[in-house]
Amino acid sequence: MIGWRIERRYEVSRALLYSTPVLAVALTLAAGIGLFGGLGIDAWAALYHCFIEPFETLSSIGEVLIKAAPLIMMAVGLGIGFRANVWNIGAEGQLTLGAVASGGVALLFWGHEGSFILPLMMLAGIAGGMLWAAIPAFLKARLDVNEILTSLMLTYVAGLLLGTLVYGPWKDPEGMNFPQSRMFSAWETVDPLLAGTRIHIGVPLALVVALAAALLIERTLIGFEIKVAGLAPSAARYAGFRRDRVVWLAFLLSGGLAGLAGMLEVAGPIGQLVPVITPGYGFTAIIVAFLGRLNPIGIIAAGVLLALSYVGGENAQIAVGLPRAATGMFQGLLLFFLLATDCLARYRIRWVGRVCDGDGT
Amino acid sequence: MSIELLGAMLLTVIGAATPLLCAALGEVVTERSGVLNLGVEGMMLAGAVSGFATVVASGSHLLGLLTAAAAGAALALVFAVLTLTLMANQVATGLALTIFGVGLSALAGAGFVGMPVAALPRLAVPGLSDLPGLGPLLFGQDMLVYLSLAMTVAVAYFLARSRAGLILRACGESDVAAHAIGYHVIRVRYVAVLFGGAMSGLGGAYLSLAATPMWIENMTAGRGWIALVLVAFGSWRAWRICAGAYLFGGMTILQLYVQGSGRLYVPSQIMSMLPYLATIALLTMIASGPWRSRFDAPACLGKPFSPPA
Amino acid sequence: MLCNMNRRRFLQATAATGLAALQGIVSAWAAEPLKIGFVYVGPIGDYGWTHGHDLGRKAVEAHFGNKVKTTYVESVAEGPDAERVMRQLAQQGHGLIFTTSFGYMEQTLRVARQFPKLKFEHATGYKTAANVSAYNARFYEGRAVVGHIAGKLTRTGKIGYVASVPIPEVVMGINATALAARKVRPDAEVRVVWVHTWFDPAREADAARALIDQGVDIMTQHTDSPAPLQVAESRGILGFGVASDMKTYAPRAQLSAILDLWGDYYIGRVQAVLDGTWKSQSIWYGFKDKMLAMAPYGEAVPEALRQEADAIVAGTINGSYHAFTGPIKNHKGEIVVQDGAHMSDEDLLKMNWYVEGVTA
Repeated sequence: MIGWRIERRYEVSRALLYSTPVLAVALTLAAGIGLFGGLGIDAWAALYHCFIEPFETLSSIGEVLIKAAPLIMMAVGLGIGFRANVWNIGAEGQLTLGAVASGGVALLFWGHEGSFILPLMMLAGIAGGMLWAAIPAFLKARLDVNEILTSLMLTYVAGLLLGTLVYGPWKDPEGMNFPQSRMFSAWETVDPLLAGTRIHIGVPLALVVALAAALLIERTLIGFEIKVAGLAPSAARYAGFRRDRVVWLAFLLSGGLAGLAGMLEVAGPIGQLVPVITPGYGFTAIIVAFLGRLNPIGIIAAGVLLALSYVGGENAQIAVGLPRAATGMFQGLLLFFLLATDCLARYRIRWVGRVCDGDGT
Repeated sequence: MSIELLGAMLLTVIGAATPLLCAALGEVVTERSGVLNLGVEGMMLAGAVSGFATVVASGSHLLGLLTAAAAGAALALVFAVLTLTLMANQVATGLALTIFGVGLSALAGAGFVGMPVAALPRLAVPGLSDLPGLGPLLFGQDMLVYLSLAMTVAVAYFLARSRAGLILRACGESDVAAHAIGYHVIRVRYVAVLFGGAMSGLGGAYLSLAATPMWIENMTAGRGWIALVLVAFGSWRAWRICAGAYLFGGMTILQLYVQGSGRLYVPSQIMSMLPYLATIALLTMIASGPWRSRFDAPACLGKPFSPPA
Repeated sequence: MLCNMNRRRFLQATAATGLAALQGIVSAWAAEPLKIGFVYVGPIGDYGWTHGHDLGRKAVEAHFGNKVKTTYVESVAEGPDAERVMRQLAQQGHGLIFTTSFGYMEQTLRVARQFPKLKFEHATGYKTAANVSAYNARFYEGRAVVGHIAGKLTRTGKIGYVASVPIPEVVMGINATALAARKVRPDAEVRVVWVHTWFDPAREADAARALIDQGVDIMTQHTDSPAPLQVAESRGILGFGVASDMKTYAPRAQLSAILDLWGDYYIGRVQAVLDGTWKSQSIWYGFKDKMLAMAPYGEAVPEALRQEADAIVAGTINGSYHAFTGPIKNHKGEIVVQDGAHMSDEDLLKMNWYVEGVTA
């Protein structure tokens, strides 16, 4: 075939791997300037408020980090699954169940004292997320039911379950019949670690989780199984790696991490159970996982970048009146450019001329 | 339940199912060619806002529908370039498309909030449309309903019995083999993705021109995701998707009618869970049955294709 | 030569600096505009709840001109995001911040604690603090008018209610409608369909159809889009708008609408901050304080009925009419409020039971 061709590189170009995100951000800034200018807004001011201002104060950095932490935690788990071609799309529901479980523990022990409550809540959160993830895992491992569908459906069910509880039996008796649980007591909330910020233990935990996942993938046998299961499923079968083990691990890991993230949200910034716990973290985490190229270290960077775009977008709304729809578009553009430039690192463009017979091209 | 009530309920079910069906039919063609486009919600909203704006500006519903399809296809084109030419990851690109489409449609539609518009005209066959019960059901629908049903037949025939459909399916099941035979996989996928976008745009236009003739931002409220679910629910076959759209729509509407009957009392949140639980149950039953192997997703779904040297 | 140039430049520079400094001092003496922040739970294009608050914001801007500078943030999710936005507004020096959803309550309080010098106004909540006020509107007063008109005009006796979520405010509205309707038509029934969301036009429309197909001939709603009323219009029945005048979507069908008028209240509070007289309060205003009004009556409301409705409004204002006056029976038939007694505000704000005649 004669013409320009895009073909996979034999080895991912390291230099481009790290510089393409920079290129993407630069392209997004350019597009943003055009977009904001078209809306009649001071483009440079908007970009400043979006990307630079969040890093100016410690508390602001903290806000970016506490938004990035649940995303990173979940994306790491999801990324492991995606690598093995296990598609857990229901992280949102698992997060909700983790919140429900840990909230239940908090309400059970409400009024009691003891430093055992918080770790118990954490365990409950992990268990809740794992339980919810076990359903699609079981259906996939045993009956080969499409896990995208089941995990997604369960997301809706989890949300309705939370609603039933918060509107019903778990409603705060002193809460004027509003759909919310009691505020968790001091023993049941995670406090800020750094004064002046809202950074809670979730932030260092997310980092630990990411590093642990990196170790798991690179240095353990099960990590190897996961990689092979995704890259060459037939080879994996031939080697005796059991597919259902990988499915269970992927789901339980991502479910448990999502549940933990849910627990941290309700025990941290929210402080109680309410009908809507996250603005779609479970789905945003999927984006973070792919932006981070399914690599735990990349996920950390991707999580921070995405969190920055949310926080920065709000700042820009406040500072220069950028409409919220524009920040949504801007985020979409950022993602588009990141994904497009990623191609440069993994593929290259070559001109293929006439193919000669006999000797090589 | 009286016949009239059943008939009335079915009419409402048609209204709920049509946008889902349109979007799902488009997506199934896309997915059968091997491409997973998760940006359905964004494409539907693009179609909704552009169709609405066109009807407000021109008064022509036909033009509105054409514009809606074009808008959906335009967004799909962005997706296609990113995933088919630049080989970006399809899942992430689709999600990015949703975010982008939601924002774009909200911006574009900001000036159209609060404007009423004439609803899509309904068919009025003298004599037939007035038959009690079946009349309005069969002969009193608007053009998009008939189009969606016609497209079900067309897509089913296309996928199962036409040569072009065979080529499309080959690209989805084994892209390398299709390429070896000589088919231009990337080109086929481009067409499939654009078709998917156009149908999603029409589905969105149904919401803003027929179901609730108005524009309010984010008015699809998650229906794009349901359409994606329906594709897998229908195991990537058009007739089953049609049944699924009506089943899903039916369960959602049934729950509303039961509440409105004032007689049966089931906590409404539990009732709202029914469509989703029913889907899982159905999937499980199908999967453990003897036809399991025919229910798989296209083998190359989601994998980027690079023509080998 | 060089020396001369430098000196001249130096003098010019000094003069310029001095002038700038003087300008700075002068502008510091002139009052800085008061920055007012608005946190919205939905988009201003929702033609419902948030749209109403934004109209209030625009009224403030129109009234105070360049003495104020307003900022708004749309579609802020309840929870940690809301807290961050409020904190950001506070850190940017917004002296008065309106948080327009009950789900923002805890976050408002938390941020207010950190910024004791700033003032916060929280809508439809119940907790206050030294620098946090709570404000709410007596929507049920409007519902009583709606119920009265509906009770008189319904032929089938079934009044439809497309409701969002079962919180006290919505329950109150349902009950007020039922009580007023049954006063003029003892067998009237209010049928409720829950859509479990504040906003999903297509689903609201389907709920409306579910009600109309089962005999409802007056449509009311407590959801955010004009969809139910639009369905009413297309089906040839009558109905009421909520939160804003929905006449453009239902020119024939709309009998009236309950209008949320936040403008006057906002202007009053801003003035109080500017005057330095702002104090934390918990208010619940209705027709009397002009936080609510009924939209002009549609053609289908006959003159006599218009006068009766106006009388209810007037009675509410002068205190002779209270929507929740006993005897009130709950849907089990037990008497909850005695003959002649009014329900207290506290009981109203917690309401989680239905009166007789409500099917929910």
